[in-house]
Formats: sequence, structure tokens, C-alpha cells
Amino acid sequence: MTTPHATPRATTEGTVYTVTGGDWDEVVESAVKSDDERIIVNMGPQHPSTHGVLRLILEIDGETVTEARCGIGYLHTGIEKNLEFRNWTQGTTFVTRMDYLTPFFNETAYCLGVEKLLGIEDQIPDRATVLRVLLMELNRLSSHLVCIATGGMELGATTIMIYGFRDRELVLDLFELFTGLRMNHAFVRPGGLAQDLPPGAVDQLREFIKTMKKNLPEYDKLATGNPIFKARMQDVGYLDLTGCMALGATGPVLRSAGLPHDLRKTDPYCGYETYDFEVPTADTCDSYGRFLIRLEEMRQSLRIIEQCIERLEPGPVMVADKKIAWPAQLALGPDGLGNSLDHIRNIMGTSMEALIHHFKLVTEGFRVPAGQTYTAVESPKGELGVHVVSDGGTRPYRVHFRDPSFTNLQAMAAMCEGGQVADVIVAVASIDPVMGGVDR
Amino acid sequence: MTENPNANGDERNGNAVPAPRDTGGEVIRVRKGMFGANNGGDTSGYGGLIRTVTLPGAASRPYGGWFDEVADELEGALEEQDLLPANAIEKTVVDRDELTFHIAREHLVQVARTLRDDPALRFELCTGVSGVHFPGDKGRELHAVYHLRSLTHGRIIRLEVSAPDSDPHIPSLVQVYPTNDWHEREAYDFFGLIFDGHPALTRIMMPDDWQGFPQRKDYPLGGIAVEYKGAQIPAPDQRRSYS
Repeated sequence: MTTPHATPRATTEGTVYTVTGGDWDEVVESAVKSDDERIIVNMGPQHPSTHGVLRLILEIDGETVTEARCGIGYLHTGIEKNLEFRNWTQGTTFVTRMDYLTPFFNETAYCLGVEKLLGIEDQIPDRATVLRVLLMELNRLSSHLVCIATGGMELGATTIMIYGFRDRELVLDLFELFTGLRMNHAFVRPGGLAQDLPPGAVDQLREFIKTMKKNLPEYDKLATGNPIFKARMQDVGYLDLTGCMALGATGPVLRSAGLPHDLRKTDPYCGYETYDFEVPTADTCDSYGRFLIRLEEMRQSLRIIEQCIERLEPGPVMVADKKIAWPAQLALGPDGLGNSLDHIRNIMGTSMEALIHHFKLVTEGFRVPAGQTYTAVESPKGELGVHVVSDGGTRPYRVHFRDPSFTNLQAMAAMCEGGQVADVIVAVASIDPVMGGVDR
Repeated sequence: MTENPNANGDERNGNAVPAPRDTGGEVIRVRKGMFGANNGGDTSGYGGLIRTVTLPGAASRPYGGWFDEVADELEGALEEQDLLPANAIEKTVVDRDELTFHIAREHLVQVARTLRDDPALRFELCTGVSGVHFPGDKGRELHAVYHLRSLTHGRIIRLEVSAPDSDPHIPSLVQVYPTNDWHEREAYDFFGLIFDGHPALTRIMMPDDWQGFPQRKDYPLGGIAVEYKGAQIPAPDQRRSYS
């Protein structure tokens, strides 16, 4: 009998069942009849537990995964190619959309690369650098919160999902206050930031830190010692240090194997060497260790944010060089945030040179001396590297992102093969891949 | 200055224009004119302007900092393996505080293995490969760029390998750095670089039956013209660009 939930279809590869509902009877029945023990399960690309459009191809024998492969590319948007057709400043608008959970890391890594090519690293105002660190650490919090929340949900722990998204919302509220947008900010620009913090931002930030200090221990109470949580996560997704090094895994995956490698310490950028924080590690090499590391990193991020607030001195947030700084003075109008009317009146009405300059910089952009550079930042997922090549033009010649999710996802097979089907979900969640970053 | 009466005449003829600074690097492009006005007659007055674009050229010793130490160790280690360093390392570039070794493609695997295994070098982590397409760099159109990080010594270097469009083969580094598996598939997918010895070199981002290599410079971006407030705005790759 055919059910509408699992219709069989004969192909050259054998019978293919498309399972859409909860009725597995026919699949089980025919699997019993079949003399071939091997079943290939195609999970995704539309599956709620694979973090976006990730396709997992699992060869299973009973409940054991014998082979696991990833199919990616479903979210490829050609961002690297698109960058080559826009000017350098417009690039931030694209890169912020790659790993959409870590927009500030994408923007900062890209801008650090462009600034290095321009040779203006020393001219970036202190306030801009401190604010970049502040935004990145807030972003680390929101990214880890999503990881813990969705990871919990995939175990069936919906409470931890609600908690995680509740706290992430607080971070996104801050982002909205600072940049005008909850995601996809394009706020970090080559040379500094799009604009300064609005009035009252620091007070809100202090309030947020107070709330987070109250909320973070709740995750410990809910999950850290929870026997079900531990039973599902311990020894699952095992990848030791040798495996991490061979597969190029970085971030919490590498640190769960005991190596305290964090670019903020080993290859500091944005003045991270002057901040006081610790790099947590675990020696369990498993999903549970990665969970504990993420929790601790959130506490350390709060510490860094507190230090950032102390260092915030009034000052410019964009380089003084008017040949690079985007000539915008934003103001809130009746139709939202836009160029200040006073500024436009000044440009259009008082100075022909200012008008020409504004026009040239906005339509043509600035030129970047020919050469190439590699800059890397420690994103919540690992080493986010940017290889920027310039041919001396007003547009990037080539920008390549080494996204940590892309590299870490390769470790999926090593983590899952030989384990249970149900553990695949936990292992993939512990890598924390974001397909926007994987596929770009 | 009256002793050289021809100077002004020369300037008018364009002969006294200072020659473009030759850094000895690869010429990747010759830029003509200005403002991207290359269709129709030249009304800008800059139509005769010709400039060559070169990447930073080879550096000479001392490179500075730990760069010399890495270069010495690498050369020494290659000599021990009876490989003449001059044959493997085409040139060494130091630019913007970054060290780049241009490696002859036939020696790439041996150099990478040496960089990984030699105790004084120990570049354990490869951050993948990035392809770059220079259609103007004749005979060296396709570049594969590797960044190697040493966690032991806290260093990072760059290896650059080139291949012509007509023979886009580069040996695979998957044996040395298994992490390059997906990275090489990506570079193959977008640039058509064929990594010899890769276990399964297939497309990774684009559909399996895709034709062409999208990140090459001669591959169009695509897109359609859109109407905005009554005007037709051409697709991004059809808009005027500043040369």
C-alpha cells in the first residue's frame, strides 16, 4: 500500500522513498524485505535541524552511521564575485551578509584588510577601534547564544532555545540602537565606522551587562549539570587535536581539544593584546566541551565589553583623510536615518569643490594601491581570514573569505562516522556552521 | 632653464612624462584612459593615458624580522633534500609586512611538506587556497594563494603558485594539509584550477552540471537592468567603471 507520506519511486540507483510525514511504516517494511542492509539517508537541504540549507548524506547500517558526507552550495550567492563590481566601501554591505550571525566580524576583517592595503592602520581613531572591539564582543555573545539555543532545541530542550533567543534579542536591540539595524549592518567601513554611538548608548550597554550577568548563570543551572544534556553531548562529535590540525578546524572545536589557540591572543588585532581576558579550553574533544567553552567565552566577552566602556573617549570614529572617509553626516529625518539636510545644504549650496569631492568619492570611490594582504580575526566560529587583492583600482580585484564554518564543516564526517544517527545532529550543532558563511 | 630648449617641446609631445615606476613585479594589467570612458570618442582628454599596473616585486635580503630566519631555514631544508632553492622558489616578495614565496608548481608539495614538518618552520595550519585570475599576466594567468600559519612560532606566510590558462594544473596539497580538500574543490569550481592528486575534485558550490568557471575575470557577473524612477539602471557589470 502506498501512503502519501512515503511514496516509492524506482530509479537506476534503487528505490527512492521521499519521506515527508511521520509515517515510516512502508520504508521500514521494504527495508526489512530488501537484501541490501545499507540505507542511504538524504537529510536536508530543507531540514529544521541542519542549521539552514545543509544537506547531509548518511549511509547507515541500523542506527550506526557508516559514512557521512555534506552537500553544500545551496546558499551560494556569489558575494566574492559581486564585490569585484562595487567600490571598496560598498564591499561592507556584501560581506556583512555572509555569516549573518557574525556581521561585525565579517565587516571588521574586510575593513582591516582594506586598511592594510591602504597603509592607514595607524590612522584609525582609537574610538573607532574600541567600538569595533565592543561590537565584535557583543556579536560573539549573540552568535554563541544562537548556537546554544538552536543546539538545545535540536536535543529537544526548547526551554534553552527560548532563553537563548531571549538574550540574543537584547543584543540585537543594542545593535539596532547603535547601527539602526538588527542584522546586516554595514556599520564598520574602511577607515573607521559609519557613525558614532547615539546618545544614551552607554547607559543601555551598562543595563545590558547587568541583565546578562543575571541571565548567564541560568544556562548553567539549566544545562551544564543536566544529566540528559550531558548524556546527549558527552563523547559525541569527538575530534582530537590531531584531527583538528589536519582538518584545519579552529575556534571552539580546536579549543575543546585543549589547544588555547585564539587569534585575539596569538596574533592580536584591534588592540586585543591590551585587554584582560582568558581563553577557555576543554580537554574532552566533544560537543559538551564546546558548549562549556562557548558559555565561558560569553563571560569573557562581557569582561571585554566592560573594559571597552571604560576606554571610550570622545573623538572621531573615521580617519581624518577626506579622500577615504565617506562624506556622510547622518541625521534622523521623518523618513528614517539619512544624510543630514544641513550637510547637503552645505555641500550643494556653499562649495563647488565640496560638491565635486562628494560626487567623486561616492560614485568613483577611492583607489587602493596594488598588492595583496591576508588579515584574520577570531570569529565565534574560528579563524575568519580575508585575502584581499587590489590592482590599484577603485574596486576590489579579488576578495576571498576563509570562512571558519566552511573549514570546520569538513570535520563533520570525522565526527559522525561510526556514531549513532541521532548524534549526527548534536555533532553538527557543536560545529555551529552557518550556511551563509559556508556558501557565501 | 634655457640650456635645454627642447624640454618644453618634449613635454608637449608627452616624451618627458615620467615613466611609470617599475617595481620589478608582475605586470597584471595595462590601464588606458581615465573615467572608464572607452565607448565612443574621447571627450575627457585623457584617452591617451597608458599606465601599467604591477604587483609588488621581489625583495632583496635582508627581509627583516623573522622573515630572514624562515627563508634561511626553508632554503637550508630544501638543500638537504637535494632541491636547489632557486629552482623551487621563483621569488620572494615582502610587502606590507607579509612574506610571500612564489613557488614553482612542480615543487609545491615538497615545499609545503618541508614547511609543515621542519621543526624550525612548523607551519601546521593551512588556511586553504584562494584563486586569483590575472588575464593580463600572460603565461601566469591563474594564481593559487595559500596562507600557512605556524601555531608553534606564531607566524604566517603566503605561498603563491601560478599556472597558465592553457594548462591549469597545480599539484594538490590534500596529502599534506587534508583541510585543503574543500578549499581546492572551491578553487576548481570557481577558477577551473585542476589540482592533480586531489581525491575527488568535483564542484562544491555551483551545481554539478554547471558550465564555465564563474570567478574568472572573463565570466560575466550577470544581472538584469532595472527601472528606477523612470530611468533604466543597467546590470552591475554593464555600468560604467573607473579604469
